[in-house]
Amino acid sequence: MSQEYNFAYLDEQTKRMIRRAILKGLAIPGYQVPFASREMPMPYGWGTGGVQVTAACLTPADTLKVIDQGADDTTNAVSIRKFFERTAGVATTESTRDATVIQTRHRIPEEPLTEDQILVYQVPIPEPLRFLEPRETETRVMHALEDYGLMHVKLYEDIARNGEIATAYAYPVKVEERYVMDPSPIPKFDNPRLESAAIQLFGAGREQRIYALPPYTQVVSLDFEDHPFNPSKADHPCALCGADHTYLDEVITDDQGGRMFVCSDTDYCSRRQADGHRGDMAPPVLEALS
Amino acid sequence: MTPLLTVRDLSKTYGGRIGCADVSFDLYPGEVLGIVGESGSGKSTLLNCLAGQLVPDGGQVVFDTRADGPRDTLIMSEPERRMLARTDWAFVHQNARDGLRMGVSAGGNVGERLMAVGARNYGDIRSAAIDWLGRVEITEDRVDDRPTAFSGGMQQRLQIARNLVTGPRLVFMDEPTGGLDVSVQARLLDLLRGLVRDMGLSAIIVTHDLAVVRLLADRLMVMKSGQVIEQGLTDQVLDDPQAPYTQLLVSSVLQV
Ligand SMILES: Nc1ncnc2c1ncn2[C@@H]1O[C@H](COP(=O)(O)OP(=O)(O)O)[C@@H](O)[C@H]1O
Ligand SMILES: [Mg+2]
Ligand SMILES: [Zn+2]
Repeated sequence: MSQEYNFAYLDEQTKRMIRRAILKGLAIPGYQVPFASREMPMPYGWGTGGVQVTAACLTPADTLKVIDQGADDTTNAVSIRKFFERTAGVATTESTRDATVIQTRHRIPEEPLTEDQILVYQVPIPEPLRFLEPRETETRVMHALEDYGLMHVKLYEDIARNGEIATAYAYPVKVEERYVMDPSPIPKFDNPRLESAAIQLFGAGREQRIYALPPYTQVVSLDFEDHPFNPSKADHPCALCGADHTYLDEVITDDQGGRMFVCSDTDYCSRRQADGHRGDMAPPVLEALS
Repeated sequence: MTPLLTVRDLSKTYGGRIGCADVSFDLYPGEVLGIVGESGSGKSTLLNCLAGQLVPDGGQVVFDTRADGPRDTLIMSEPERRMLARTDWAFVHQNARDGLRMGVSAGGNVGERLMAVGARNYGDIRSAAIDWLGRVEITEDRVDDRPTAFSGGMQQRLQIARNLVTGPRLVFMDEPTGGLDVSVQARLLDLLRGLVRDMGLSAIIVTHDLAVVRLLADRLMVMKSGQVIEQGLTDQVLDDPQAPYTQLLVSSVLQV
């Protein structure tokens, strides 16, 4: 045998099984499809669900990008990218524009995605009702009967306790006025971009669930009339590229308590800097040095 | 007048053992029916079958729905039955913990049914919750407290508020005063009587406490070994019991 693994690690039969789950998920947007999750050569917390979905989607012609919290260079992102370089031999990139398949954890790229792209999310807990109703038999019935009063109870409790809806991550959405869905732990800032031209696939390995959003699916963040959904933007621009419309991370710059806010999407930020956008703390441009 | 609930030949067995057998009765709007009998006589089984919480082996439970008139709830679709359960019906459990969300504030507990039927204005939901807490004598300043911080009597009152907030037409209660201190029971009974009268509620109350039915029930059904052995107006049954078992039941309470 010339190859140690089948293309993209999983055998063809497993990939077919996962593709069936993906197609079913696309046919019923927001519905959690059970699938027989396989052992992967990495721990569950590392996104085995996403990795299996990516493996089932990849073709040799694809270009893969892997991000973790918006960055391409974290241990998690690097090891998943290496995994597919080795097992599928596909091209990889850090550029959102150049990627055909993007596996992500905790962010949606800032760059608007296109119809030619697939975004694969790593999902830890797929069930948005889990913390309110631990019984799986019961949550399944609640989804089947569209019995979602409990979801608003959670938001009610938020407001009663904090004066506003304090849920900042994994903010629940309703898909095509039918299924309530957990968008995985992305910041609620990203919720508006769940309505996308790309195919979005969600894989939960330990929980053995796949769900999906076909392109241009309606995705509405749950709220109250008098407490409307607010994606909440930072009140300062990116210190490096000056963007005032992106999701920012706080970065410690020295041990004197210095800090700055920069785009969490590193590819987007460097592209903007390359295009000449400068923030307050951007490194000086070369001409200025000479 | 059309009965609100028409029950015919309702039976439920557990394996070979009888839960309840061949129960038939009519309940008219505004009527309160008491079901009494010793422990194990089938009261809870019957109540759970009526309220759609247990699937009986056979029989009919016909409810006069707002939209479509009398419908057999046993052959309704599950979504229809659930919709009834969170709008026109209410179920008050003996153990408040079974009927409350212990991890959710009092206001959230009361608001849940409103949100389940589409209420989406936080301010309105909260006002309704506070209003209902008041009606069951829980002060506004407790609205954000969890039921775990409440006494047993308060928990039971909260459960009642949570159930009545959607203005149900039929309330099922299983030993609503069971497990409470006598003085707390009396206060709860008073409150229940007031609510039943003010709202013109129809109710089916299961209890082994004849004092409860004396106070609340217009009519009485006496159960023994899963069968209804006597039914009639409450005063009639209690003051002039016909069945020997009922006579025993009534005399034993008089001795207390
Ligand atoms: N889940 C069950 N499994 C088997 N037997 C049951 C179950 N629930 C009740 N029973 C039996 O059915 C009969 C009626 O019980 P129940 O309806 O709980 O009576 P009550 O509420 O009057 O005390 C009893 O003999 C009881 O042991
Ligand atoms: Mg009982
Ligand atoms: Zn930036």
